[in-house]
Amino acid sequence: MNRGAFAPLRLDAVRIGVGGRALILPLTFDVAPGECVTVMGPSGCGKSTLLAFISGTIDPAFVVTGRVLIGATDITAMAPEARRVGMQFQDDLLFPHLSVGENLAFALRPHVRDRTERRARIEHALAEADLAGFARRDPATLSGGQRARVALMRTLLAEPDVLLLDEPFNKLDAQLRGDFRRFVFDHAAERGLPTLLVTHDATDARAAGGRVIDLAWPLSR
Amino acid sequence: MRAAPALTVAVFLLPIAAGLVGTLLPAFGYLPAIGGSAFNLDGWRRLASYPGFRSSVAVTLTTGVVTSVLAVFVAFGFCAIAHGLGWMRRIGGWLAPILAAPHSAIAIGLAFLIAPSGWIVRALSPWLTGWTVPPDVATVGDAAGFALVLGLLLKEVPYLVLMIVGAMSQVPVQQHLAIARSLGYASTESWVKTILPQIYPQIRLPIYAVIAFSLSVVDVALILGPSNPPTLAVLAVRWFADADIQFYFPAAAAATLLLLLVVAVIAAWFGVERIAIGLGRRWIARGRRRSGVTFGASVAAGAFGIVFALSLAALVGMALWSFAVQWRFPDALPQAWSLANWMRRLDGLAVPAWQTLLIGAMATAIALVLVVGCLENEARARRRPGAGALWMLYVPLLVPQVAFLFGAQVLLVRANFDGTLAAVVWAHLIFVLPYLFLSLADPWRAFDPRYARTAASLGASPARVLFAIKLPILLRPVLIACAVAFAVSVGQYLATLFAGNGRVATLTTDAVTLAGGADRRVIGAYSLLQALFPLLAYLFAAALPALLFARRRGLAATP
Repeated sequence: MNRGAFAPLRLDAVRIGVGGRALILPLTFDVAPGECVTVMGPSGCGKSTLLAFISGTIDPAFVVTGRVLIGATDITAMAPEARRVGMQFQDDLLFPHLSVGENLAFALRPHVRDRTERRARIEHALAEADLAGFARRDPATLSGGQRARVALMRTLLAEPDVLLLDEPFNKLDAQLRGDFRRFVFDHAAERGLPTLLVTHDATDARAAGGRVIDLAWPLSR
Repeated sequence: MRAAPALTVAVFLLPIAAGLVGTLLPAFGYLPAIGGSAFNLDGWRRLASYPGFRSSVAVTLTTGVVTSVLAVFVAFGFCAIAHGLGWMRRIGGWLAPILAAPHSAIAIGLAFLIAPSGWIVRALSPWLTGWTVPPDVATVGDAAGFALVLGLLLKEVPYLVLMIVGAMSQVPVQQHLAIARSLGYASTESWVKTILPQIYPQIRLPIYAVIAFSLSVVDVALILGPSNPPTLAVLAVRWFADADIQFYFPAAAAATLLLLLVVAVIAAWFGVERIAIGLGRRWIARGRRRSGVTFGASVAAGAFGIVFALSLAALVGMALWSFAVQWRFPDALPQAWSLANWMRRLDGLAVPAWQTLLIGAMATAIALVLVVGCLENEARARRRPGAGALWMLYVPLLVPQVAFLFGAQVLLVRANFDGTLAAVVWAHLIFVLPYLFLSLADPWRAFDPRYARTAASLGASPARVLFAIKLPILLRPVLIACAVAFAVSVGQYLATLFAGNGRVATLTTDAVTLAGGADRRVIGAYSLLQALFPLLAYLFAAALPALLFARRRGLAATP
């Protein structure tokens, strides 16, 4: 199942069209393990659609050609749940019916069977997010920054092979934004995840420190 | 405007309270009008000594509980499977004919379908079954109540599905599902573990209403349920209607016992909910990506398909009978068609049809005025009522009808008001009002208050804002809520019977009375008309705004 860590994310001639109009012209690039590539462009240029395509949740109204691979595995036709593509949105989307710990337990893979071991993993993840002892808390009682960190830990506990970031810093204020950015990039680099960031904010792209692909220029041609 | 909430509560809660007292007192022997002047337990003794008492209680409980459990399972399972499909967005439209049709009409159609000489056996005979005469088995009115459970499911499942779809619009479903799937959960598994727990609190009261209704229904039980002994609700009605007025006492005892059963089953459901929530949290926290839940939901979705097909076939079968000249067993279709049934019955149909229309229109109009008054009062005071108000609205849907309608009838007789059209309208109002409120409250509260403020700043009085701005913009939801209310009124059986004291005939009371008879062509005509009236109201509600606002794209879009 696991294609093993340290495999690159590869987009091969991905073209997305809607209603006969090309939203994204054929796009080919690799994201190496531990690298963070930023896709930039104004709103409506299709950058979020690109992430939805990679994660397998794209609206069927879009016409897409091309392939997505992780290492040598073609995941283009796979069900979203089989891809091991982690997603982080601008809303934290913590499940309101579960406690903080249960949100993380939902993500933790079931191969960790032993209950004390599961609890230990969750406590460890919370400690990494500076939230030790928060397991029983209601997500609604957390601050925006705390919720964002829980959401990232939830994504990582599912052991993804790739990390997709859909403007995850947008709703945070300037101070939190810098802290959370570092938090995300450090964790992604530590795990050697190929990371794809979508944003329209140039400071996000600079902080990511990797290559930048600007979707605006091929459309202006 | 400020008196609207108090008036509304008075209109539908006072009669229920008074009616309950009027049932409880005779249950314990007190009803001076017929000589019961001392409290005693004679009514209960006579109820307990009725030969079929135990079976009656047993069949009431089993059919009620089985119906509720199956309805919840099928509705949630179907939504868990179908939530992502494009046509789910229009599911309300698909279910409209079934939701609009009165329970009794669907029950009559189902009886035509599953009877030994019904459409299903006809379609399979003689080529498959070899039968040239109807088999001698009781498929309708069976002692165990299978037909009753099926008949109730045909209406309760679509109702719950509609409630679930409505609740889903309050949750960011697509985003939560995208997260769950990126974490490795398949579609159905994701829905059950992340969406269902979030929407359940909003489905809780509708489920309790289904429980109360399934335990205490009278018209469907008369048509499809066991007859000897019948369910407790039917037994109570039978005794209330007995020529010997001394049967009032055991009847009131039976109605009180039914009320206790409803309270007990809802309390038990609440207890099971607590346990299920605890177990469910642990189940979710185990992190298993694959469980039996997808299989279970597929079974439920299949069952939904059967339920949906049966209810459509029930409606179509009814129509076929009403146009049949002759339909010999085992032919799959009538030999000849004509309008003769309708023409011959025109005189008989005209009066109940007219009364149905009149009562429905009056109850809906009064309810609309009260509900708009309440909602407008709430909007002007900028204050939302709490959860208690929601429970209050559900009271008429949670208390068994027999338990308070009898007492209310005693009051009507005392006031010399029984058997009038006005009394029937008032009795319908008790049920029409909460449904109208529940369907109109969400759109009314979602109305952007800046429209009203803009109009006010231009000098419009509050009344002008209401009539010139708010009502036109909200015309579509207002009309839909009215159609729902009208459908509820058309479907009322027991309320019409009791408040009308048997003297006010509607299509529903006539259809249920005729349902025991032999001529399916006549029954078909009555119940088809009964199902058609609410459907026409829905179509009107959908078509009128589209016509009026054809050149206003912001308002004309079909939902």
